[in-house]
Amino acid sequence: MATTTDQTAPDSAAPIGRPAGAPDASAGRAAPVSHDISMGVEGEEAHGDVSVDELALSVELSGADGAVATPDVAEYAMWLGDDALILAQQLGWWISRAPELEEDVALGNIGLDVLGHARSFLRYAGTADGRTEDDLAYWRDEPAFRSAWLFEAPNGHFGDTIARQLIASAFQLELYRRLADSSDPALAAIATKSVKEVAYHLDHAAQWMLRLGGGTDESHARIQQSLVDVWPLVDELFRDEPVIDRLEGVAVRPSTLREPVLARIQEILDAAGLETPNVEPSMAGGRRGSHSTRLGYLLAEMQVLARSHPGATW
Amino acid sequence: MATPGELGTEAWPLWEVFVRANRGLSHVHVGSLHAPDATMAIRNARDLYTRRGEGVSIWVMPADGITTSDPDEKGEWFESPAGKNFRHAIYYTKTEGVKHL
Amino acid sequence: MTAPLAPASAQGDARATAEQAAIDEAGQARFDALIEADGRIEPRDWMPAAYRKTLVRQISQHAHSEIIGMQPEANWITRAPSLKRKAILMAKVQDEAGHGLYLYSAAQTLGIGREEMTDQLIAGRARYSSIFNYPTPTWADMGAIGWLVDGAAIANQVPLCRASYGPYGRAMVRICKEESFHQRQGFEILLELSQGTEAQHRMAQDAVDRWYWPSLMMFGPPDDESPNSAQSMAWNIKRFSNDELRQRFVGMLVPQAEVLGLTLPDPNLRWNDETRSYDMSDIDWTEFHEVLAGRGPCNAQRLQHRRQAHDDGAWVREAAHAYAAKQAAATTEQVAA
Repeated sequence: MATTTDQTAPDSAAPIGRPAGAPDASAGRAAPVSHDISMGVEGEEAHGDVSVDELALSVELSGADGAVATPDVAEYAMWLGDDALILAQQLGWWISRAPELEEDVALGNIGLDVLGHARSFLRYAGTADGRTEDDLAYWRDEPAFRSAWLFEAPNGHFGDTIARQLIASAFQLELYRRLADSSDPALAAIATKSVKEVAYHLDHAAQWMLRLGGGTDESHARIQQSLVDVWPLVDELFRDEPVIDRLEGVAVRPSTLREPVLARIQEILDAAGLETPNVEPSMAGGRRGSHSTRLGYLLAEMQVLARSHPGATW
Repeated sequence: MATPGELGTEAWPLWEVFVRANRGLSHVHVGSLHAPDATMAIRNARDLYTRRGEGVSIWVMPADGITTSDPDEKGEWFESPAGKNFRHAIYYTKTEGVKHL
Repeated sequence: MTAPLAPASAQGDARATAEQAAIDEAGQARFDALIEADGRIEPRDWMPAAYRKTLVRQISQHAHSEIIGMQPEANWITRAPSLKRKAILMAKVQDEAGHGLYLYSAAQTLGIGREEMTDQLIAGRARYSSIFNYPTPTWADMGAIGWLVDGAAIANQVPLCRASYGPYGRAMVRICKEESFHQRQGFEILLELSQGTEAQHRMAQDAVDRWYWPSLMMFGPPDDESPNSAQSMAWNIKRFSNDELRQRFVGMLVPQAEVLGLTLPDPNLRWNDETRSYDMSDIDWTEFHEVLAGRGPCNAQRLQHRRQAHDDGAWVREAAHAYAAKQAAATTEQVAA
């Protein structure tokens, strides 16, 4: 029997090659180089028969253009943007190191998705005081980052990365689903675009939980340990901070996510024959700028080049 | 005779991937990949063969599950239509110039 | 085997040999006719053993090059200087994994599995493009690799879209389409750097200086020293000679370097109106052969990286295999019950 995708699912994204919406001028649309450097790819006689397809590019970053975030909204957008940025930074490491080539590509896709979310959130956060996404990513020091510790947890082995991804995606899925109804149109737009992608990430993590949990004795033991290691960082995701009180209807209250997110994770762990760890939560305080020891190294690596050339463009 | 490629010796078998580019079109063979099972195969196919928006629907099929015609019998199988021109509309020349035919 | 059976068996062998000879003769005739007509050979067709061997070698080397070629650029994913560049670089390196995968699949239609090819690679028994044994010390290397290395690869690869072996040609069509962005993004990186600060401009020129000659070596040895080329051209696997492609490539680089505001590191490079081609300095093939022989800067590191990824992932691949087997067994039991 052939396996098929669900054909009843609506085409969520306009396929490339068909006109999409008007391109967003600020979306970093690759400007065509004024001269052809494609070296015979465009059907030079007798040299080959490959042509570069003409296509309309879709919008690269989401979020309402021209909207300016208030300082509180910017702070919240940085929570979500930094979570996604640090996760993307870590997933990027995997490309060329995954257990199989197919998984290099899969982790690359997830990394690119979350990097896109990070850029959208940070771009919006930057509107509050005129900073760009890159100003925020490259020129803030560790205490100014707002990521939760879960996202800073090390890649470790493949099981560690999958355990982190399971929790991250379950959290983001529920969060974005609700944020899509935010009274802030920019946050709602970013969440609406991101929620479908995150649903796929959760499925990817769940599929691997099933296989690692139900595969060999070794894989079962390893993934169970990965869960134990990362579990102390779960609690932080559901902690409310004062800024949330000032964003009623705009932000999603973290404490309200605890029950649905944990229920979803529980369901997957049950199916995979894995136990929910019974460990004490960490006092992690990423939302207040108090970070795990690892973040400094992550940022040092991420920012080193940009900071060696102040004022340069790339 | 199955499609070439599946050796039967690898832990992750070979899968053939078919993608429908747009609604209204057929699924077309685009390539193959390795996956431990069908569930992962179709996800790998999505990640590998539709990352530039190439499709709206995917089929995957274990490579050893596809039966093919035998190329050594190409003559017996595929040469019979030659000469049977009466199956083609252009064979009928006297209708030229007559409308709606 | 017992003695009395031997004569019968020998007779049988002789008959089988004669039958095989007849099949080979008919097959060779069909094969020759197809090549003569610039047709395509498909996996189940009869093909000369040497043709199959050449293809397996070339396609697997090509696949290995894509996979090893991920490393010099993956080296900068975590340090890319802007989020946009980080996204572009991730997508590019990810493409290379995909390209390796398409090519391994094409080779697999010839009867060799990816596991076997991977084993050959990590055991150091397989070749890959020696250019990937150079390090990438600066960000400008991302630009130079895109512009020069991918540029040379594309110039080599576009004719392969018409390679006589169907699965190879089809894989190359897909790869070339996807690669078209690789070279452009590299050119853009260099253009930004060249027009940026003085330090950035220097970084760009330095990278071009380091990658120019190795990229020209990617076209292979001069025609009169390339023993396999003639046969590959006769079989329509290769469509242009090494020197033809190299000339064509340099011809494209010259005006592009002007746009970039960067110089190509060859004082003798100039257009010759008489020969209708570029005069250039002799390529130093000693270095090429040194790298090829395993003495390039990063040969050991590249293999070690690949071997470690493969070894580290073994338990994951086994787990997925075991899970699939258990699921299949459970389904069979259900059906039986």
